[in-house]
Amino acid sequence: MTNGKFFLGRQELLGLAILAALIFIVLPASIDIFRLNLIGKYLTYAFVAIGLVLCWGMGGILSLGQGVFFGIGGYCMAMFLKLESSTPEATKIQSTPGIPDFMDWNQITELPWFWVPFNSLAFTLIAIFVLPAFFAFIIGAAMFKRRVGGVYFAIITQAIAAILTILIIGQQGYTGGVNGITDLRTLLGWDIRTDSAKYVLYFLNGALLIGVLIACQFVLKSKLGRLLVAVRDKEDRVRFSGYDVANFKIFVFCFAAVLSAIGGAMFTLQVGFMSPSFVGIVPSIEMVIYCAVGGRLSIFGAVYGTLLVNWAKTTFSETFPELWLFGLGALFIAVVLVFPNGLSGLYRTNVAPAVDRWLGRSSTSAKPPLEDPQAAE
Amino acid sequence: MNNKSELKGPTASRRGLILGTATAFALSAFSQIGFPSAAHADDVNTTGLAVTEDTVKVGILHSVTGTMAISETGSVQAEKLAIEQINAMGGVLGRQIEYTQEDGASDWPTFAEKAKKLLVNDKVAAVFGCWTSASRKAVLPVFEQYNGMLYYPTFYEGLEQSPNVIYTGQEATQQIIAGIDWVAKEKGAKSFYLLGSDYIWPRTSNKIARKHIEKLGLKVVGEEYYPLGHTQFNSVINKIKLKKPDVIYAIVVGGSNVAFYKQLKAAGIDMTKEKPVLLTISVTEDEIRGIGGENITGAYAAMKYFQSLDNPNNEAFVKAFKERWGDDIVIGDVTQAAYLGPWLWKAAVEKAGSFDIDKVRLASPGIELTTAPEGYVRVHENHHLWSKTRVGLAKPDGQYELVYETADLMEPDPFPEGYQ
Repeated sequence: MTNGKFFLGRQELLGLAILAALIFIVLPASIDIFRLNLIGKYLTYAFVAIGLVLCWGMGGILSLGQGVFFGIGGYCMAMFLKLESSTPEATKIQSTPGIPDFMDWNQITELPWFWVPFNSLAFTLIAIFVLPAFFAFIIGAAMFKRRVGGVYFAIITQAIAAILTILIIGQQGYTGGVNGITDLRTLLGWDIRTDSAKYVLYFLNGALLIGVLIACQFVLKSKLGRLLVAVRDKEDRVRFSGYDVANFKIFVFCFAAVLSAIGGAMFTLQVGFMSPSFVGIVPSIEMVIYCAVGGRLSIFGAVYGTLLVNWAKTTFSETFPELWLFGLGALFIAVVLVFPNGLSGLYRTNVAPAVDRWLGRSSTSAKPPLEDPQAAE
Repeated sequence: MNNKSELKGPTASRRGLILGTATAFALSAFSQIGFPSAAHADDVNTTGLAVTEDTVKVGILHSVTGTMAISETGSVQAEKLAIEQINAMGGVLGRQIEYTQEDGASDWPTFAEKAKKLLVNDKVAAVFGCWTSASRKAVLPVFEQYNGMLYYPTFYEGLEQSPNVIYTGQEATQQIIAGIDWVAKEKGAKSFYLLGSDYIWPRTSNKIARKHIEKLGLKVVGEEYYPLGHTQFNSVINKIKLKKPDVIYAIVVGGSNVAFYKQLKAAGIDMTKEKPVLLTISVTEDEIRGIGGENITGAYAAMKYFQSLDNPNNEAFVKAFKERWGDDIVIGDVTQAAYLGPWLWKAAVEKAGSFDIDKVRLASPGIELTTAPEGYVRVHENHHLWSKTRVGLAKPDGQYELVYETADLMEPDPFPEGYQ
């Protein structure tokens, strides 16, 4: 092991530096604020994809319901912002001023109890971390302690995503229904719709992303990270060695959930609304695709994969509004056929050896935990 | 309640044609003698929209992929047809309309993203688009922030009046009140069973319907909602059989319609009989294609347009539409409303003498079209249209037969007093 004490090897430091340069210097300098805001939106999905690398790539837990946690984070933030913009003055044409407009349309005359704490930003920020972790803990504890795994776990997470979507749509008086929570304007009086605010939020988002990457790298390089890989590859052996496998799985699932929620909250801030279309099965699976395109074994790959897929989505759909889905489909098929390990696999086989030589040391440390041709079923 | 004070002037479109042709002549004359005509474009566009000496750019923003594509395709076709016709007549203020089409992909955030792209990057002078309420709600803040102009074609729940939107479809009270009055008077209906898909439009519509039914001294015997895409209606059909309402008031949308009407028929509820009457505000000719004419024969729909309307405007419109998009096409209420969008915009631009959004907004109230396929329409101060409401009887061939139309134009009232 090179740099046994320090969790960031040279490869990782270089990766971080390149990504940071891309996010903070290259992109802001080369594209206008409209496109930059789009990149900011894509990067919020990257939080989910990074979570999936940990959970699925490293831990072997395929969750098809990460949209649930993205949604929880996003809705928490949206509830706070909506309450702030629903002042009695701004909503005086309603039959009950001072409550969000969609509640008024649904004949609700009083703010529901679970909305009240979201008047406080501090509570909202805590909720963005605690709620998804708590929710993931319940799901994780219920599943992993009973040794439910693999395909069954994937199906159950998918069911949860479906249930939550139906719940949100059905209870439209309390949640905004299919429309979602729209028309969010200010954060503590600061207008989040202006171009300058968009810049600030973009950089905040980028900084959070880099922070999250460092935290993930720390987890991966720790004993915990190595145990996760061991659990993925031979769960029984780890269990027979005396470890309680379920606890590790619960931890990584909760961790991934919190990451997704951070992404969701940043999404709401940058896009200005939240709707159930990010919670359901389809977006959850799309998020798995970002991770797969990037290569599910690399947290950096996940970021680039998310950027690539979303950029392709936007560009194809702008150029060929009627055919773009085929183009996107072709991209996925090409990725799976040509480089099954995603972008990061491509990097590892073609670029990494050269970079290693250039760094002047043959680093073997990065490879063993990453190589995984067929596992994770 | 009457503020119908504007006089019918010379028709907007005819005036537009003359003005447009005149400008075109003037322009070609200028270019021949090498006169710099750049000042001209600056005159009609002081806010940096995509307007050149001979073109103006607009946006079309609908779903052409995803679950809503089947509904929104008709609107896209109608808007393109209107734009082509306007161009053939000489364009708007002498400028040919170019459109940039974007796909909302049946996904509300994508709508917001594309709306922003159209306004910020493409600097379009107007956008024709959106279909579901959710997509409109998603783009609304974008249009208000970047000061764009949206022409929205769908009949919808009301409770909204944005300075940046012209609503070319009917809002809920226009559709509902006339329909219920008709069924109460002509069919002697006393009791109603309300049902719908579970989202804002059916719920708000049924709220208005219930208030109006109760005002008339009649009774609502049941009210139920089902999630979008629901396909099991047997339980509600059993309840309907038990309660024997005079009218089934159905606002089921999308694919659920197919299941609902087939199961209704299979359960032995014969809509061609005297009772119960089925009255819907959500099934246009487009939906009947999916349901199958034989499954919905005998139902009544209350809306503002049917393809079968017998007037010269509509004849020309249906003919042009079929020539452009094929003979087997059907045209529903929303498609017609979408067709009005470019024409209303053209009339407003020419009244304002400018493409500037603020001037177009000020010019819009009072704009009238005498050439609309549905007949005469006029823009109200609240940005909705004065229009007639009609009741049609569904026939096995998938068309509606007109059985009633209001004598006067219905006033749009997006915030109806006493109905909230």
